[in-house]
Amino acid sequence: MGEHRVIIVGAGPAGVRAAQAVVRAGLRPIVIDEAARAGGQIYRRPPENFKRDHDALYGTEAARARAIHEDFAALLPHIDYRPETLVWNVAEGHVWAAHEGETQPLPYDALIVCSGASDRVAPIKGWQAAGCYSLGGAQIALKAQGCAIGHRVIFLGSGPLLYLAAAQYVKAGAEVAAVLDTSPFWLRVKAAPKLAAMPGLLWQGVKLLRDLKRAGVPVLTGVTPIEIEGDPQTGVSGVTVRHKGAVKHFAGDAVAMGWHVKPEAQIADLARATFAFDEATRQWLPQTDADGRAGNALYLGGDGARVLGARSAEVTGELAAMAALADLGLTMDADRRRWLLAEKANYAKFAKGLAQAFPWPHELVAAIPDEAIVCRCEAVTAATLRASVNTAHAQEANRAKAFSRVGMGRCQGRYCGHASAEIIAAARSVSLEKTGRLRGQAPVKPIPVALKRNDL
Amino acid sequence: MTARFRRLVETDRPPVSLTIDGVGVTALLGDTLMVAMLTHGDALRTSEFAGSEPAAPEPSDGRRAGFCLMGACQDCWVWTASGARLRACSTPVQNGMTISTRQPEATWANIA
Repeated sequence: MGEHRVIIVGAGPAGVRAAQAVVRAGLRPIVIDEAARAGGQIYRRPPENFKRDHDALYGTEAARARAIHEDFAALLPHIDYRPETLVWNVAEGHVWAAHEGETQPLPYDALIVCSGASDRVAPIKGWQAAGCYSLGGAQIALKAQGCAIGHRVIFLGSGPLLYLAAAQYVKAGAEVAAVLDTSPFWLRVKAAPKLAAMPGLLWQGVKLLRDLKRAGVPVLTGVTPIEIEGDPQTGVSGVTVRHKGAVKHFAGDAVAMGWHVKPEAQIADLARATFAFDEATRQWLPQTDADGRAGNALYLGGDGARVLGARSAEVTGELAAMAALADLGLTMDADRRRWLLAEKANYAKFAKGLAQAFPWPHELVAAIPDEAIVCRCEAVTAATLRASVNTAHAQEANRAKAFSRVGMGRCQGRYCGHASAEIIAAARSVSLEKTGRLRGQAPVKPIPVALKRNDL
Repeated sequence: MTARFRRLVETDRPPVSLTIDGVGVTALLGDTLMVAMLTHGDALRTSEFAGSEPAAPEPSDGRRAGFCLMGACQDCWVWTASGARLRACSTPVQNGMTISTRQPEATWANIA
C-alpha cells in the first residue's frame, strides 16, 4: 500500500469508477472533489436533510445514481477523500489543492482528472439580465434545492438536456412558457441512425417531447433567437425569436439556456495535456489515447475529456484508471478493458448523433449584434471584441482577450470563450481553428489572496 | 421585492434565520445562500461594470442573480460581515449568518 501516489480529481461518475479501479488494485488514492457530496452534476445529491428518493431525483437514471452513491460510500475507508477542495493548479508533478483557506502541494505518480463539464452557452442579446441561468443551473436548482429558477420559465438552446430539464420542471409543477430549440427538427431525423446506437436513450428523448406536448408546452424547433428582453433592475421579462419566418414573443421571468455541455479542461491544460481542434463540435479538446492517456502521467476520464454523457463517464473513468495502473506496472484485466473500449465506442457514436442533431449554433453566434454582450462578467459587447480584431488587429483568441477583456472576467472564459472564438473567426474571415485556443491559467478558479501554504 | 426563485418541493424543513444587507430573512435548513436570497428578492448583487453600449453607457450593467449554480461562473459572490467572499450557489445557510451583497471595502474592478 501507498508506494504509488495516485490522485483523482472529481467524484462524479468517472471519478468514482476510477477510484474503485485504483482501490481494487490495492492502492489508496487521494480523491479531491470541489463539492460537499460525491456524485458530480448529473448524480448530484441534495443536502442530507432533503427527502426525495433516488427515483424522484434521477428518474430513469435512478439505479445508476444509487449505484454511484453507494459504491462511493463503500470506498470511503479505502481512499483519502477530500471534499470541498479546489484543485487550482498543477505544476511540476504536484497538484495544488485548496481547502478552508489553506493550500497544499500534493505529489503524484499518476493524476487521473475527471473534472466533468459545464454548460456550453451562446450569448443572446440581453442574456446578462438577472433571471437568465444556464440550463444545467436550472436543473440543479430543482434537483439540489427543490426550486424553479422563476415563476414562468423559458427554455432556450438545443440538446437533450433542454428537453429533459423542461420536462422535469413541468413534472415538478413549474410553469414552462416554451421550449425553444435552435436546431431544426429534420437534423434529428438525419441523425437517427447514429442516435440508434443507444435505443433506450433515443426512446427517452421521444417520451420527453411527448410529455411536454401533453402538458401543453409550446415546443418550437429551428428558432433564431432575437433577444432576451429584460430590465437592468428587475431582470428577464421574455424572449423573442424568429420561427418559420414569423417573430414570436414569449413572456417569462426566467430563461434556462444551454447548447450541450463542454469539458472543464482547465486542469488537464495545466497538467500539460495537448489539445486538438475538433471540427465536428467546433472546439479544442484535450488529446488522449483510447484508454485516456494524455501523457506526463496524466489520465483523463469522463466528460472532462470529451462529452459522451454520464453513463459513458463511468466507462471512461474506469478505463483511465486502468491505463494509469498499467503504466505503474500493475496488472490489468484485458477482457474488462476490451469490453469497456467497446462500450465507449458505442457512446461515442451516440454522441456524434447528438452533435449532428443538436448543433452548436455557430452562425448565430458569429452574427450576434454589436450591442449584445459577449462577456457577461464584465459587460463587454460584441462591438468591443470585434474592434480588438478590426482596429487593434488581434489575430487570435488570447490576444483579443488581452485587448477586449472578453475571457478575463470572473468565469475565466468558461461562458464566453467558445462564442468569442466564433466572433473573432468571423471578423477575420478565417476558420475557427485559426483563432487558436484560450490558454488555461492558474488559478483555474478565483482563490483568496490570503491562502496559507500548508505543506504536509 | 418579488422573489425570483419558486419553491416547488422539499418545503418541510426547519427554519434558519440570517441577515441580508441588514434585513432579517428566514430560510430553510439545507438552502444555499442563493436560494435563501432569491426566495426573498430578485437579485444577489449589482454588476460593478458599466453597461458598455457605445451609444449610451450606463453606470452599471444592472442586477445579477447568478448563472451556473455549480461554482463555475462566480456570478453569485456575496460577502460575510468580516469580508470573506462566498459563492452563494454553493454555500449552505447557517443560523445567524450576516451577508452583504456589496464587498465591504474594495470592489473587484478596483483590485483586479
